[in-house]
Amino acid sequence: MSLLEVRDLSIAFGGLKAVDGLSFDVAEGEVFTLVGPNGAGKSTIFNMISRFYEPTEGKIFFDGEEITHLPAHKIAELGIARTFQNIELFDHSTVLSNLLMGRHVHRKTQVIQDLLFTRKARADERSHRRRVEEVITFLELEAHRDSLIAGLPYGVRKVVEIGRALAIGPKLLLLDEPASGLSVEETRDVAFWIEDMKREMGLTILMIEHDMGLVSAVSDRVLAVADGKFLAQGTASEVQSHPDVIEAYLGTGVNGEPELKKEEAGA
Amino acid sequence: MKVIFKKSYDRDIDLFKDRQTALRIGLLVLVLVLVPFFASDYFLAEATNTLIWSLAGLGLMVLVGHTGQVSLGHAAFLAIGAYTDAALMNAGWPWLLAFLTAGAVTGVFGAIIAIPAIRMSGIYLAIATMALAVLVEEAVILAEPITGGVAGVFAPDIAIFGISFGRYDSLPNFYWLCLAVVVIVTFGYANLLRSATGRSFLAVRDSEISARALGINVSRTKTLAFGLSCAITGLAGGLMGHFFSFFNYEAFTIIISINLLLAVTIGGLGHIQGAFAGAILITAVPQVLAIVRDGLSNIGVDLSGVPGLDTLVFSLILIGFIIYEPLGIYGRYLKIKAFWDLFPLSRRDMFRRQMTYLKTERMK
Repeated sequence: MSLLEVRDLSIAFGGLKAVDGLSFDVAEGEVFTLVGPNGAGKSTIFNMISRFYEPTEGKIFFDGEEITHLPAHKIAELGIARTFQNIELFDHSTVLSNLLMGRHVHRKTQVIQDLLFTRKARADERSHRRRVEEVITFLELEAHRDSLIAGLPYGVRKVVEIGRALAIGPKLLLLDEPASGLSVEETRDVAFWIEDMKREMGLTILMIEHDMGLVSAVSDRVLAVADGKFLAQGTASEVQSHPDVIEAYLGTGVNGEPELKKEEAGA
Repeated sequence: MKVIFKKSYDRDIDLFKDRQTALRIGLLVLVLVLVPFFASDYFLAEATNTLIWSLAGLGLMVLVGHTGQVSLGHAAFLAIGAYTDAALMNAGWPWLLAFLTAGAVTGVFGAIIAIPAIRMSGIYLAIATMALAVLVEEAVILAEPITGGVAGVFAPDIAIFGISFGRYDSLPNFYWLCLAVVVIVTFGYANLLRSATGRSFLAVRDSEISARALGINVSRTKTLAFGLSCAITGLAGGLMGHFFSFFNYEAFTIIISINLLLAVTIGGLGHIQGAFAGAILITAVPQVLAIVRDGLSNIGVDLSGVPGLDTLVFSLILIGFIIYEPLGIYGRYLKIKAFWDLFPLSRRDMFRRQMTYLKTERMK
């Protein structure tokens, strides 16, 4: 059964149709990647699933339940976590407290218990911490546990954001360009983590990524979009060699299958 | 630098990071408790005033420093606390009940104000809360049966089980009472910061968009922050009313709001310690100025006729801090501490503010 179903999703900003009648399914336990040129509407799709944007048409189902009109803060509770393309961490807090903020949906205390810091509040804190430590171990963030985000290098912040999403304990993880701005080694780490999240944690991953090396290494299926419309779907190599995709990236008038083959070979 | 070996998660959850810190805080509280035994009445009254301002500062710090919502209307909440407390005591309520009710009433009022206010942010929120302060000032004058109108109202002396805590006839008792309230509120505040509620405040302050993606209900969190902030400020107002003994609407003008915001900003936004540092500064500057003025008049320089001297000095301090130390007094303290902790290895630009590029546009 598919975990996420997107049906005829459309959104228009004024006259601009950013996403136009797009449908796709993400099966449980797979890594599904959205590719497409800049401005294709990939991040807009994420923002509609996260409920930051209100779709003008269409429906989104998660785990058989319609989520098209839920408020944004209810999404994490259902088990959908996300990262942001341009890193949206809490800059003035430590890595540890950033990850602890990811545990918000699992809090069991009321304000009054927090104010008095009752036994229950302490027990709650301990259990959050245990869960967060698992994430820290998984992503090898031990050395940065008590550092402020503001002082961390870009690559580490990117990882902390994945960690914060994992701390939610999600079923579906939305990764918005997890490898953008990362070095080759860091990108390889991300590829391993994605594999492990899929295999060991049983997560389903919906990813936006431009690095075709990473895309072909981890994706089970790839969906190409351009101008908010469906272009091609299939395995990474199928999508890459699809004439419509090549046309979308390189423009019309290019015959055969040039350029992109090189990247594929590198992967 | 001292390295703490953590053997359990409780080391990070505990209120104090090590035994020395706990001892230092304990010692500080002890010294504060002992102040009435060696201080003059004048100094003790000033110390009491500082405590009350600290309490109000703590209230505003919850909102501005930890939730990132600016308020220029907190004088209104001080007023509501002061008038509620005085009115209930004049109606025959015992102090503790009147005092707590004043806090609760102000908190509820703050939460109601929050419903429209949370739709605004930054400068717009500041203007809206400032308008609120003006409105409350007018309302106080109109609600004469409760507030005494322009003439003002008398806050009866506090007595608990027949022991007087009056501002004039037993100042040490009143001082201890204020100290107790401040200690209890600070304890609650510190607890808040190490638990889920406090973290949700910080999350809303630093990135609303992320907060929502993590399942934090931003509107509810802001409303809660407003409520808690105003409740604490209401308590401070209650004590302030007793400190004045007799007060009218002029005690809670817009200047008080500005001074309070000044206090938390100069003190160091985002730190409990900042509220105290700011309160000490704001209550000490007029006293220091008075002393300097007296000293100068002794050597023949007469400044007593110069209007607006206090305001000028305050403004200079504020501008100075904004340019040279935006992190405030406590921020400066942390820098100096880090310098000596790492001596001689600290780097000059360790605290340089980083430009944040590529912030995601705030999606509405």
